[in-house]
Amino acid sequence: DDKLLSEPLSHPDFFNVKELFTLKDLFDARVHLGHKKGCRHRFMEPYIFGCRLDQDIIDLEQTMQHLQLALNFTAHIAYRKGIILFISRKRQFCHLVERTAQACGEYAHTRYWQGGLLTNAHIQFGAGVRLPDLIVFLSSLNNVFQPHVAIRDAAKMNIPTVGVVDTNCNPSLITYPIPGNDDSPSAVELYCKLFRMTIIRAKDKRRQSEAVEELR
Amino acid sequence: QMLRLIYTTTAVQRKNVGASGPAKYTEAFIKKQIEEFNLGKRHLANMMGEDPETFTQEDIDRAIAYLFPSGLFDKQARPMMKHPSEIFPEQRKIQWGEDGRPFHFLFYTGKQSYYSLMHETYEKLLNVEKYQDHLIAQDLPLQKEKRNLAGSRWLTKIELEEMLLEKLSDDDYSRFVQLLQKLSDLPCSDIEEKYIQKFSKEVPVQMEKVVIEPLQYDERGVAFSTSEGRRKTARATAVVYDNGTGKMTVNGIDILHYFPVLQDREQLLFPFQFLGRIGKHDTVCTVSGGGRSAQAGAIRLACAKALRSFVTGKEVEFMRQAGLLTVDPRVKERKKPGQEGARRKFTWKKR
Repeated sequence: DDKLLSEPLSHPDFFNVKELFTLKDLFDARVHLGHKKGCRHRFMEPYIFGCRLDQDIIDLEQTMQHLQLALNFTAHIAYRKGIILFISRKRQFCHLVERTAQACGEYAHTRYWQGGLLTNAHIQFGAGVRLPDLIVFLSSLNNVFQPHVAIRDAAKMNIPTVGVVDTNCNPSLITYPIPGNDDSPSAVELYCKLFRMTIIRAKDKRRQSEAVEELR
Repeated sequence: QMLRLIYTTTAVQRKNVGASGPAKYTEAFIKKQIEEFNLGKRHLANMMGEDPETFTQEDIDRAIAYLFPSGLFDKQARPMMKHPSEIFPEQRKIQWGEDGRPFHFLFYTGKQSYYSLMHETYEKLLNVEKYQDHLIAQDLPLQKEKRNLAGSRWLTKIELEEMLLEKLSDDDYSRFVQLLQKLSDLPCSDIEEKYIQKFSKEVPVQMEKVVIEPLQYDERGVAFSTSEGRRKTARATAVVYDNGTGKMTVNGIDILHYFPVLQDREQLLFPFQFLGRIGKHDTVCTVSGGGRSAQAGAIRLACAKALRSFVTGKEVEFMRQAGLLTVDPRVKERKKPGQEGARRKFTWKKR
């Protein structure tokens, strides 16, 4: 059992998430397109490649690295049977995100966030609730263009976060930020596909390893 | 060993009952209640001398009402013996498994049934839109069978709460109804008809069509018609005969003797005078209850209703507009405590 858990940690890319996406895929899905220069957040400046006709372009080389780290991390969490919660407050993609979560066998929250869901969980849900072990933000802003409350709450409850940060978002409290577009349907579909594939891959790997252990 | 009484303060004995929240019924508790109920049912059947196998809930209710007669007005306060599933409200069971993972994928939203319902409904909507696009791409016409909108209504908020076992807010409910409305308004929504019907209910026909009785004929061949009327506490039945001379009898007594006051007789004659049929009909009435005016008003209504069978539809409408066919709803208002009568207050004394 110890070996099951410690073996993946020795490899830098145990689940081989690099092969799931290429730079061209990201470009075709319009992940590099950011918001206008006026909406730019100060902390996103390191991740921006440049600005063309007032529109910010996100550096896809950096996005590739961040995406690889984030997907690797989610795969490890899924391998260790953690609870993953997908959050997105974009109305267009609410249904898509819920479907993705259902397909992975994980959880989603694309609706109005009630104040004490993470911080007051024992009273809201009942004693003995298990909180999510990872929170994935497919859009880190809420409907009023302010940082989603769950970022701060997850940081308070020591829950690691993975989040797609656009040029108008604050990447500070997110543990594994992924600079990229969160408004185009093609980009969000790509992210959903990538997360779904990593989680399913990690779970399959876990089942295989357990079967192998049992055979011994 | 003697047990000595230790004196404690009342503060220790007082328990904060409200702090534990609404009572939680475990599954084992409910099962035990169901077993006890079944045993009790059989005992009751034996007591009443009936067959324990075929003892229905109605028999139980009758037996309990016989064994424990109660004069309380509130039906819910009387002793009752019902199946535990009707007494203990349905509750949500524990939502997560042994390893802690919740069962439902929307568990962390807080309102999982409601949001999963919204999710499903939206999925149906997308399905219908996809089907519509499919038809448009093939240039096929979009059919629309007229759904009977007047005969059905959506579930109320309380019914939806019962269905989902979850509290809803008014906004949530209105949003759900809007989504359902949007789904049913699409042209090709017939595909998801079954799903929509889960949330719609038949509305019973509200307007009772007032049926005007046809004329009956007695042995002499004379047409007559019977009807009832009421006013305050008086109840009257009137039989109006055709080809008459305008004679009216009440409880076997002629109206001149029964109603000495002119006002009452005017009331009786009003329906006939309105239709211009004063000397044409004979009337035999019976009346009981009420006082002088109330009986007169009751007979008037009864005669007017009986005359509907003799008269055209237009004249019936005229009668209705004249107020001849409406039951007078005024009854004696009750006296309230702290007041002399229904409205009169006690004499106000300045000091």
